[in-house]
Amino acid sequence: MAVTGILLVLFLIAHMLGNLKIFSGATSFDHYAHWLRELGVPLLPASGFLWVQRVGLVTAAVLHIWAATVLALRARAARPVRYAHRKKVRGSYAARTMRWGGVIILLFVVYHILDLTTGTLNPVGDSSRPYANVVADFAPERWYVTLFYTLAVVTLGFHLRHGVFSALRSLGQQTPRGEQRARVVALVFAVALCAGYLLVPFAVLTGLVS
Amino acid sequence: MNLTLRIWRQSGPQDKGRMVTYQVEDVSPDMSFLEMLDVLNERLILAGEEPIAFDHDCREGICGMCGLMINGEAHGPQRGTTACQLHMRQFSDGDTISIEPWRARAFPVVKDLVVNRNAFDKIIAAGGYVTAPTGSAPEAHSVPVAKADADAAFESAACIGCGACVAACPNGSGMLFTAAKVTQLSLLPQGQPERYTRVLGMVEAHDEAGFGGCTNAGECTVVCPKGIPLTTIGRLNRDYLAATTRRADTPGT
Repeated sequence: MAVTGILLVLFLIAHMLGNLKIFSGATSFDHYAHWLRELGVPLLPASGFLWVQRVGLVTAAVLHIWAATVLALRARAARPVRYAHRKKVRGSYAARTMRWGGVIILLFVVYHILDLTTGTLNPVGDSSRPYANVVADFAPERWYVTLFYTLAVVTLGFHLRHGVFSALRSLGQQTPRGEQRARVVALVFAVALCAGYLLVPFAVLTGLVS
Repeated sequence: MNLTLRIWRQSGPQDKGRMVTYQVEDVSPDMSFLEMLDVLNERLILAGEEPIAFDHDCREGICGMCGLMINGEAHGPQRGTTACQLHMRQFSDGDTISIEPWRARAFPVVKDLVVNRNAFDKIIAAGGYVTAPTGSAPEAHSVPVAKADADAAFESAACIGCGACVAACPNGSGMLFTAAKVTQLSLLPQGQPERYTRVLGMVEAHDEAGFGGCTNAGECTVVCPKGIPLTTIGRLNRDYLAATTRRADTPGT
């Protein structure tokens, strides 16, 4: 869980930084998107880097989901008779929602790829003009797209809030002071990533980016 | 105090079990939770009914025998307290209290509120020991131990093996128990010879017993009557990672 999670988190950071290039204008953003396709050429074929990344990410995601499924099945088998009275679990909301949160994130990723990678669900859907795709996506009249996006990003934030802490613990974080630090790092990271991802749709919604 | 109790009754391992409601009158707030159950049992015996079976021994919070899920909380509402040390003043007149056994596949119900915690013994047998020369006790100063290590080891050694961590865990995992038993030895010089075989063997025994996997949810440490910290599991994880790189070792030997 921890290792595949970290790989996915590294991608999330790069993806967020790429998104934020939208604030430097249409030309710069489109240029960045094209640059991603040409990265590694001529060492790699065109879009070669992207495909390497895609295969890596899918592998990490599949292993991540597989590990989560094993844990969930083990948890279910470990308590065949449920409690008649179970006080609401005291631990963090983030820890409690890891599994269903993960499902929401997976559904969002599928939608997100159909929307902004293949362009199937995008009103513009022109892969040579990503800036136009994004602006069309989060237009005020398509508020439900922004709503779903926000929901997914907030879910991702909760997922990271517990996930980052849990990954550090799984990899051997062991001191009490380190635990406090790990919790703070997880919280700050989750909030920062949420903010970074939400800036773009809300900038489009408010007309800051058009 | 007059209370309504909803108690899990199960005549044996094969029985399905059910919640049964009882009324108890004139409960003193100074009674312990188990004394309150004693009062109910006396009454049941006089009425010719089967008394409620529950585990208990020292009744001073150090043996780890008692363990009840009280209103959905392992050992009840008071933190750092076993069920036997819980007083009825924690409740108020007219309350309805539900009492259930620990629920885990690895802890099958023997009768009513009594569960078989033999799985914990199997985990201990898989590595919870040190090679120590027998005979008279050695001079205490012959093996120096850093104060911080001694304190951390003692913190883990406070585990009484009651099973509340398993009962509270959303995954039904016994990792806090296993981690406490691993670290109380691996932090000390005496525990070094078996340090890495111990962690592999004990985690394997833990998984074999049918406990769930740890997801660092942190429920266990809240209900632990001895306050074993969640960092203990981090120590186990680190030992486990180090141990898996040493392939020559055989677990539990």
